[in-house]
Amino acid sequence: MRIPCPICGNRDSREFDYMGHALTLDRPAPDAGLGAWDDYLHNRENPAGPTRDLWFHGLGCGAWLVVSRDTVTHEVFGAELARDVTGGRA
Amino acid sequence: MRFSGLRVLKEGLTGNRGWRPHWRDPAPKSDYDIVIIGGGGHGLSTAYYLAKEHGLANVAVLEKGYIGGGNVGRNTTIVRANYNLPGNSEFYSHSLKLWEGLEQDLNYNVMMSQRGVLNLCHSDGQRDAFARRANAMINQGDDAELLDREGVRRLVPYLDFDNVRFPIYGGLLHRRGGTARHDAVAWGYARGADSRGVDIIQNCEVTGIDIENGQVRGVQTSRGAIRAKKVALVVAGRSSQVAAMAGMRLPIESHILQAFVTEGLKPVIDNVVTFGMGHFYISQSDKGGLVFGGDLDFYASYAARGNLPMAEHVMEAAMTLMPMIGKARVLRSWGGIMDMSPDGSPIIDRTDVAGLYLNCGWCYGGFKAVPGAGHCLAHLIAQDRPHPAAEKLRLDRFRTGHGLMDEEGTGAQHNLH
Repeated sequence: MRIPCPICGNRDSREFDYMGHALTLDRPAPDAGLGAWDDYLHNRENPAGPTRDLWFHGLGCGAWLVVSRDTVTHEVFGAELARDVTGGRA
Repeated sequence: MRFSGLRVLKEGLTGNRGWRPHWRDPAPKSDYDIVIIGGGGHGLSTAYYLAKEHGLANVAVLEKGYIGGGNVGRNTTIVRANYNLPGNSEFYSHSLKLWEGLEQDLNYNVMMSQRGVLNLCHSDGQRDAFARRANAMINQGDDAELLDREGVRRLVPYLDFDNVRFPIYGGLLHRRGGTARHDAVAWGYARGADSRGVDIIQNCEVTGIDIENGQVRGVQTSRGAIRAKKVALVVAGRSSQVAAMAGMRLPIESHILQAFVTEGLKPVIDNVVTFGMGHFYISQSDKGGLVFGGDLDFYASYAARGNLPMAEHVMEAAMTLMPMIGKARVLRSWGGIMDMSPDGSPIIDRTDVAGLYLNCGWCYGGFKAVPGAGHCLAHLIAQDRPHPAAEKLRLDRFRTGHGLMDEEGTGAQHNLH
C-alpha cells in the first residue's frame, strides 16, 4: 500500500504506523460517563469496506493523517492531515 | 460409518466403493432450538458438543460458504496450552485435554501430533519471563521444561545459535503441544455433529437477526427465515458485521495475519519452533511443507491476503533464525481475518439480548481453541451458565476493567496485540 501524505506525497506504507479508527479523534468529554468512554476506547464499527483510520508518518514528516481506504480491497482513496479534520481541537 | 484400520483395508481391496458422504446436505427447517451462525471449527465443535454432551440435536449450523473455508482452513495448525494468565491458562489447558482425546472421541483421524512447541529466548530477561511462564503452566497442570542453550541445540541443531543480534540463550519446551490437520478437524466435528442429528447448512448466509422485546427469535437468511430459541454468533473475523445485525458494537477490530508454506521437503523440522523476537514461528507439515508465519500486518483488513512488507519481514526472520531455509522455495501464502480484541484474549459470553450468545476475539489463537471453545460455548448455551474453564472470558471485562487478560503486558487497547 502507498499512502498519499499531504506533506510528503505518495509514500510506502512502511513509513507509517497504523493508529486505529479515526473515531478516536472524537474524544468524549471527561465527564461523559463510563458508557461513552467504554464505547470510545473499546467498541468499533469495524467496517468491511470503506473506512477512515489514523496513520502516523513516523519515518516521514511526523504528521498524523486520516486515511480513507477500503479494508476489503486495500485500495487507498486519499489522506488528509488529522489537524485539518479536527479543526485544531484535540 | 465407523472408521477403522480393518475398514480401510477392506475398502482398499474392494475399490473404495463403500465410502459415503460424511454428512448430509439438508434443506433448512423453519424452526430449530438452537441456530449457530458460522460453520468453522468453533461453530461445528459447538454443535457437536451440544448434541453429544447435552443431548440437544435440534440444532442448525449456518455457513455462508462451505464448512472449513474460513479461518479453520487458513491457520498454521498449532495446538498448545502455554499461557500465563488466569482465564487463558485454564481455558487452553481444558482445550488441550480435549485435543488429546479428540481422535478417539470423533472416530476421525485429525492427525494430532504432539511434537512439542519450543519458544526460544535470547536474553536473561526473556529467560526469566519464560521461567515464570513455565511455572504458571505447571501450576495449571500442564507441562513445561526450561532448556538451556545446549538443550536447545540437541533438539534443533540447525538454528543459528550465535546470531549477533539474537543469540539463543535457551528455550521453553511444551512437549504436549504440537500440530493437527486443520481440515480434518472441521470435517471430524461436522461428521460427529451430523451423525447426532445436527443440520449443517452450507451456502446459507445470515442477513438478519430477529429480536423481539429483548429476546432472540431467529434469523433471516439467504435461504429464508429460520426461527430459533437460541442463537450463537461464531463467525471470527466477521463478528462485527453479524453482531451489528443484533444492534451490537463489539470490542473487535479485524486484522490480517499472513502465513506461508514451502514446497514439500524431506523431514527436517521435528517440532514447532517459535522465534518471538522476530515474530516468526515454523513447523513442518506431515506432507513436508515448511509452514511458517509472522505477526499481523497491523492495519484493519478483511482482504484475507496481506501486503509485501510483512512477507519480507517474515522471510528475513526466517533467514535470521535458520539460514538453511534459504534453500527452500515458498509455494504459496495466505491470510486469515483475525478478530482482534483489545487485550488479545477471547470472549465466550452471553449478550444483552436474551438467548443470543457470543464467541469471538480469538485474535491469532483460534485454532488451538477449537475443541475448548465449542465445549464451553455448548455448556453456556445448554445450561445458561459459563463452563468453569471459560468463566473469565467475559464480554464486559473491557467496560469494567476487571479480569483483563493482557498476556503481552502492553495494555488493553486496540492495535497493541
